[in-house]
Amino acid sequence: MNVTIALITLRSMLSRRRALLLFLLPAVLLSLAAALNITDNTEPGTAAGVLQQFALATLLPLLALIAGTGVIGPEIDDGQIMYILTKPIGRHVVVLTKLVVAIALVVAFAVVPTLVAGLLLRGTATGLAQGFTVGVLAAGVAYTAVFVALAVASRSAVTIGLLYALVWESLLAQFAPGARSVSIQQWGLSIADAITSSSAVEATVRTPVAVLLLAAVTVAGTALAVMRLRTLSVASAE
Amino acid sequence: MTVLRLENVSRWYGNVVAVNGVSMEIGPGVTGLLGPNGAGKSTLIHMMGGFIPPSSGTITLDGEPIWRNPAIYRRLGLVPERETAYDFLTGRQFVLAMAKLFRLPDPEAATDRALALVEMEPAQHRVIGKYSKGMKQRIKMASALVHDPPVLLLDEPFNGMDPRQRLHLMDLIRRMAAEGRTILFSSHILEEVERIAEHIEVVVAGRHAASGDFRAIRRLMSDRPHQFLVRSSDDRTLAAAIIADGSARGVELTGKGVRVEATDFRRFTWLLPRLAKQHGVRLWEVSPADESLESVFEYLVAR
Repeated sequence: MNVTIALITLRSMLSRRRALLLFLLPAVLLSLAAALNITDNTEPGTAAGVLQQFALATLLPLLALIAGTGVIGPEIDDGQIMYILTKPIGRHVVVLTKLVVAIALVVAFAVVPTLVAGLLLRGTATGLAQGFTVGVLAAGVAYTAVFVALAVASRSAVTIGLLYALVWESLLAQFAPGARSVSIQQWGLSIADAITSSSAVEATVRTPVAVLLLAAVTVAGTALAVMRLRTLSVASAE
Repeated sequence: MTVLRLENVSRWYGNVVAVNGVSMEIGPGVTGLLGPNGAGKSTLIHMMGGFIPPSSGTITLDGEPIWRNPAIYRRLGLVPERETAYDFLTGRQFVLAMAKLFRLPDPEAATDRALALVEMEPAQHRVIGKYSKGMKQRIKMASALVHDPPVLLLDEPFNGMDPRQRLHLMDLIRRMAAEGRTILFSSHILEEVERIAEHIEVVVAGRHAASGDFRAIRRLMSDRPHQFLVRSSDDRTLAAAIIADGSARGVELTGKGVRVEATDFRRFTWLLPRLAKQHGVRLWEVSPADESLESVFEYLVAR
């Protein structure tokens, strides 16, 4: 972890126009939760639906995609990464720092809003808010590691990430049950399910398997990013 | 003494060979890497800076490999051609961040020193995005000098600079070299290279075409056959006189004038007005027909 790199990364993330999305998405979730709270629509089914469909399945992957690719992708694209790579700093430090910043953004803009939305909807009853908070956090770390690795490995990281999150996890998983077990979203849901006592949450992947897979994906993503950054060829100007 | 050594270095992208079997040794002082656009200069500098590995051959700094060796950057400063720095930072924040990344004992003092070196103190608190091209080049230079490296690589540092900024940077590079540093910069403009480089390496189409001090390169370049188009009041008489002298290899009468291929550039330029005067011919126009740098380079490669 390198504080200087972290500060530069954080500043560039928050000064870009993309940063608006970081604020916009959780704002939608919180407004929705607040509206349901005011209109007294807080039965377990509705609350679980909002947390699962919106917080875990939509807000989280999009935010992790913006944060995970944003902390390093644009820098590689326009060559600024040169200024960091020409320093006596191990590439693993660079990747870990970027990852930590991205995870911090995911915590601030996805995990915390999920907790607040959960509390607005159900309070602490049946541990629904807590369950989804931990589930979103665990899935968020894995998503972010994958998207950071994608951003180092490919220039079309955002497109690939969107295809994975929206097409694979959301669409395909609905029709092909097999695809469901290869889905970060489902693994996160499994953790939420293990914590909450609410019967409105139903996971298809067993919790120990989910935990193991989340950890494996996180480690693999990080390792891949380090390896790719070590041999990153900055495209020649010619 | 710091020496950057390239041994039989090649680099290809798929089927395209960007750099082909280049060997050279770059020592203290200013070395100019000269070549037309697309010759492989940037690829060479990127390999020397450790951004891309050579496909074959080795590049070492005092015997240590550069590729996948981040520790080398303690002794190497690099100014990339691309203009982008962190545009949202001020010049000072940027240089200070670089100083901290080098883990210098006193980053603030190092920043002050680097900013003073490139004379950027007055603008240090402005955001880089608002800088002119010349200022951006100088702040990049400061960031590359902040850790006082013995070796400095500059990729096309004069691109987009106005004449005053150019002179300023040339002066700065000369001062850096006077302190005993090894400096390499690339350029496609002979005049730039000639003005500050003690030593010139010429690269054309990925190959190492010539090496030496600028006088040797200049001579190579001016000794090649030069083509001129001459228009005069009596082309036929002039053509006969040029042929009789022997400083031209070929003379051709065309509808547009006399096309002359001079073998001895200096003698021909000295001779032409005298011949014209002697034979009572008025010269309307003398224009070089193939003075593009590319044709000069092509000639060097063919040798």
